[in-house]
Amino acid sequence: MPQAKPDGVTPSQTVGPYFAYGLTPGGKYEWNDAFTNNLVTPDASGERIRVEGTVFDGDGVPVVDCMLEIWQADAQGRFSDPQDKRALPNSSFKGFGRIGTDAKGAYAFDTIKPGSLPDPDGKPQAPHIVLAVFARGMLLHLYSRIYFDGEAANAADPVLALVPAERRATLIATRQPGNGNAVYRFDIHLQGDKETVFFDV
Amino acid sequence: MTLVYPVQSLAAHPPRLSPAYKSTVKRSPSKPLIPMRHTLSELTGPVYGHETVREHDHDLTIQGKGEPIGERIIVHGHVLDEDGRGVPNALVELWQANACGRYVHVVDQHPAPLDPNFTGAGRAQTDAEGYYRFVTIKPGAYPWGNHHNAWRPAHIHFSVFGHAFVSRLVTQMYFPGDPLFPFDPIFNSVTDEKARNRMVSAFDLDNTKPDWALCYRFNIVLRGRNATPMENK
Repeated sequence: MPQAKPDGVTPSQTVGPYFAYGLTPGGKYEWNDAFTNNLVTPDASGERIRVEGTVFDGDGVPVVDCMLEIWQADAQGRFSDPQDKRALPNSSFKGFGRIGTDAKGAYAFDTIKPGSLPDPDGKPQAPHIVLAVFARGMLLHLYSRIYFDGEAANAADPVLALVPAERRATLIATRQPGNGNAVYRFDIHLQGDKETVFFDV
Repeated sequence: MTLVYPVQSLAAHPPRLSPAYKSTVKRSPSKPLIPMRHTLSELTGPVYGHETVREHDHDLTIQGKGEPIGERIIVHGHVLDEDGRGVPNALVELWQANACGRYVHVVDQHPAPLDPNFTGAGRAQTDAEGYYRFVTIKPGAYPWGNHHNAWRPAHIHFSVFGHAFVSRLVTQMYFPGDPLFPFDPIFNSVTDEKARNRMVSAFDLDNTKPDWALCYRFNIVLRGRNATPMENK
């Protein structure tokens, strides 16, 4: 049945405080997870990494009822989506993850470090993960990007270049000292002096 | 098919800072968002297989040992893009309070009973035409702490994925004619009346099942238009 042409998009509303049992049950409720915070598949090539951090509100208080979603390319810079017309990834790596913050406002994703990929002009974008932030008190989710420190490509990244220099550091996950898989820290500040850069996309 | 995602479409959404909904005051950015062109990262999105949605995930009335208490309803509709085309294979997730207005979430402790036969979570995938269907229980209104005597109108939370990461939508479906509409700062955070009405389902007598369940239709319109619109000659 053909549908009448809509007069606009359906407006966004907050996820509210009670999304966990439906979206991020994590074994605590009688419902299964559609997505988790572990994106790694056994056949995925690339460097295994962990991205972790804490979400803070405008008073610096950890946000304990926040949901984060990430979307990223594989280690070759390709998306597991047929809309990416370049050669498809040769692994079952899906590139999508979801997690709810814990009682301390903390989160972590286990994934692989994405490769660089082209912007619409064919210029390389530095490796990055796109991030969507949802919470009670957020009527519309926020978009940001997670870049990685120590990446020479950051200096020429066309999206980072749009960001005032003094705010760029809010988008760059910092490598933590230690052996084993690399751990990057990426705290998210929803508001205030340390406010994370969010994009109007 | 190539879609574009004009930022103008975002005007229908509520402002992130809506002080009448108090929790927005410390959880909305104070600095301007930075505009950027969409790249592959924004224009692609997750693809999930049929393993994500199990056969009975769309029916919230058969998840327990017995039937949940309350008014059984059918909620169905199409997920559409801004041109009115159905979005096929879209994942639709739903969560809601029970008939008494109580969520199973551990933080919800307001004095209304839990229903051992109702979790309130469901999942469906749209078909080739963008059609989805749930069977559930009509949720109750419930009190919340935003202001004195604050009550949320009955609603069902929806989470939808479209073709792109930037067409991601989380919204709430309301029921027609709810007397709480004028008093709810979350519903009224959407300032345009026409846009607000797109969050209100329509009673659907044609698809109401006699002697079994009332039906409500809720079409969900995601961002995305054809990049090469037909020319008017």
